Amino acid sequence: MIEVDNVYFSYPNGVEVLKGVSLKINDGEFVAIMGQNGAGKTTLVKHFNGLLKPTRGRVLVDGVDTRHTTVAALARKVGFVFQNPDHQLFSETVEDEISFALRNFGFDEKVIRERVNWALNLLDLTQYRKVSPFMLSGGEKKRVALASVLAWDPKFLVLDEPTIGQDSYQKEKLKQFILHLNHQGKTVIIVTHDIEFVAECEPRVILMANGRIIADENARDVLTDPELISAASLVLPEVTQLFMRLNDLGFPRKVISVYEAKRLILERLRQVMC
Amino acid sequence: MAIIEARNLTYTYPLSEKPAFKNVNLSIEKGEFVLLTGPSGCGKTTLCRCFNGLIPHFYGGKLEGEIIVAGLRTVDHPIHELAQHVGLVFQNPENQLFALNVEKDVAFGLENLGYPRDEIRRRVDWALKVTGIYDLRSKPPFELSGGQQQRVAIASVLAMQPEIIVLDEPTSFLDPLTARNILEVIYQLNRSLGITVVLVEHRLDLVARYANRIIVMNNGEIIADGEPRRVFLDENVKLVGIGVPKVVKLYLLLKEEGFDLGRVPLSPEEAYEAIAEVLAHDRG
Ligand SMILES: Nc1ncnc2c1ncn2[C@@H]1O[C@H](COP(=O)(O)OP(=O)(O)OP(=O)(O)O)[C@@H](O)[C@H]1O
Ligand SMILES: Nc1ncnc2c1ncn2[C@@H]1O[C@H](COP(=O)(O)OP(=O)(O)O)[C@@H](O)[C@H]1O
Ligand SMILES: [Mg+2]
Ligand SMILES: [Mg+2]
Repeated sequence: MIEVDNVYFSYPNGVEVLKGVSLKINDGEFVAIMGQNGAGKTTLVKHFNGLLKPTRGRVLVDGVDTRHTTVAALARKVGFVFQNPDHQLFSETVEDEISFALRNFGFDEKVIRERVNWALNLLDLTQYRKVSPFMLSGGEKKRVALASVLAWDPKFLVLDEPTIGQDSYQKEKLKQFILHLNHQGKTVIIVTHDIEFVAECEPRVILMANGRIIADENARDVLTDPELISAASLVLPEVTQLFMRLNDLGFPRKVISVYEAKRLILERLRQVMC
Repeated sequence: MAIIEARNLTYTYPLSEKPAFKNVNLSIEKGEFVLLTGPSGCGKTTLCRCFNGLIPHFYGGKLEGEIIVAGLRTVDHPIHELAQHVGLVFQNPENQLFALNVEKDVAFGLENLGYPRDEIRRRVDWALKVTGIYDLRSKPPFELSGGQQQRVAIASVLAMQPEIIVLDEPTSFLDPLTARNILEVIYQLNRSLGITVVLVEHRLDLVARYANRIIVMNNGEIIADGEPRRVFLDENVKLVGIGVPKVVKLYLLLKEEGFDLGRVPLSPEEAYEAIAEVLAHDRG
C-alpha cells in the first residue's frame, strides 16, 4: 500500500508545488492521475519511489517512510518509468539497458536472459536488441524504458505518460497488458493526459490542479463531469461530448465507452425502425 | 509550385543498413493543413527532419532523390537559412530548449534575424500568451514540467510565424484543454495567414477536424494520402491501424451492423447531427 499523508513539497527554488496532498493506494489498484500541465503530477509520483522526499508530511510504502530508506531499496518494489525516456536510458544497447537493473538486483544470468527476452518480445523490441536506445524513435525509446522496468517485476508500477509516442496498435497492447498485470494483482499507477486511453481502461481517476487533489472517483463519474473536467484542464471524451448532446433526444449523458455508445444507438435505431 | 516537394526521396541514417524511408513522393501546397501519421518507427520524424535541413546537414547519412522546400533545394542551403522558412517543433521538447529562461528561448529566433526590438517584444508576448506560459517567462527551462517545456518549444516556433510550421507530436505532453487551445491558434494562423502546417500525431481525435489532408506512412513508405474522411475508410489504412477519432470508430462499428450514418463524422458535433437526422428520418 502507498500512503501519502498531508504532503507538502517545494523545489530548491522555493516554489511550493504540492500543497497538502493525501491519498491511499491499495494493493492491486489501477489508478490514473490526470490534470493541468504543472499541476504537480510528476512531482507527486516521484515521491512514491523516494526520488523526492516531502518537505512536510510523509509517504509510506508498505508501511515504510520513504525518508528512512533509499531510492535503491525502494526501486525493487516501485518500478518507475519517466515521462521523458531520455532521462532514463543510458546503456549502449537495448539489451544492456534491460539487463542493467536485473544485474543490480542480483538475478542470476539465466533468469536475466529469460526476462530480457520476455520483455523484448512483449514490447516488440526484439529487432532492436543490439541497437543503441538513442537511435530509436520516440515511441520506441519509451517502450525500452517500460521494458527495463517490467523486466524486474516490481510490486508497484508507476508509469509517467506511458502512451506518449505510441501508435494505436501499441496503445492497445499497452492497455491489454496493464489490465492483465492489474488482474494478476499488480498495483498500476499511470500519469496521463490521454483522456481516451483512460476512458477505455476505466481506472480510479485522481485529478490534480495547482498542487492539490480536486477529485478522486471512478473514471465514469470524473470523465463525465464537465466542471471537474474543465477545472483540471481536460476535455470530455469524444463519446461523452456526443452523448451530452444526444441527451436532448433522450439518451443518457454519462457514457464514455464507444461500445456502450454503439449499443445505445443501435437499440434506439432498432426501436424506431420497427 | 508546391511549397514542399519531395521526389523519390530515400534516406538512410549513418550507421543503419536499412533506409528509414524510401521512395517518398510528396507535394504539399501553400496553405495546406496536413496530418502525418502511421505506426511508431515508420519514419515520420525522419521525414520532418528533411523539411528543415536537419537531414542531411546535421544527421549526415545518405539522402537520395530530391527535396525542395519553399523553393530551396535543402541540400544546397544551410539549416539557419531554411529556419527562416520552416519552423520545426521537436518531438522531445527538451532537445529544443537551451536559453537561460523561457522568454529568451522564445525570442532567440527573432533576435537572430535582427527584428526590431518592439516587434520582437510584441511577437514574443503574443506567443507566450497563446501558449499559456506568460507567467513562466523568467523561469529557466529545466525548472519546468514536461508540458510547460513543450509549450515553450511551440511558442518559439509560433513567434517566428514562418511560412511552414512542422510539429512532431506536439500535443503528447500537453494537457488536453491546452492542446485544444494551441491547435486552435495554429489553425487560425493557417486560415488567416496561409501558413502551411504539417502535423505529426497518433491521437487523431484532437486534430482530425483541422486537417484538409491525411498522409499515412508504414514501414518507411506512404500508404495513403488524401482527404480525411476517405483515408479513414481506406482498406490499407485499416490494416495498419491508426488512432481514428472515437466518433469515426463509432461510425465504423454502426456500419458493421448495417447502419450507415452517411458522411464519416470528424467531430462529436458532426456525429450528433448525423445521428439526430437518422432518428428524425426514421420517425417521420
Ligand atoms: N526541477 C524543478 N525545479 C523547480 N520547479 C520545478 C521543477 N520541476 C517542476 N517544477 C515546477 O513544479 C510544478 C509541477 O511540476 P510537475 O512536473 O510535477 O507537473 P506535472 O503535473 O507533471 O505537469 P505535466 O503535465 O506538464 O507533466 C510546475 O509548476 C513546474 O514548473
Ligand atoms: N538518429 C537516428 N539514427 C539512426 N536511426 C534512427 C535515428 N532516429 C530514428 N532512427 C530509426 O529510423 C526509423 C524511423 O524513425 P522515426 O522517423 O523517428 O519514426 P517515427 O517518428 O515515425 O516514430 C526507426 O527505425 C528508428 O529506429
Ligand atoms: Mg509531468
Ligand atoms: Mg517520431
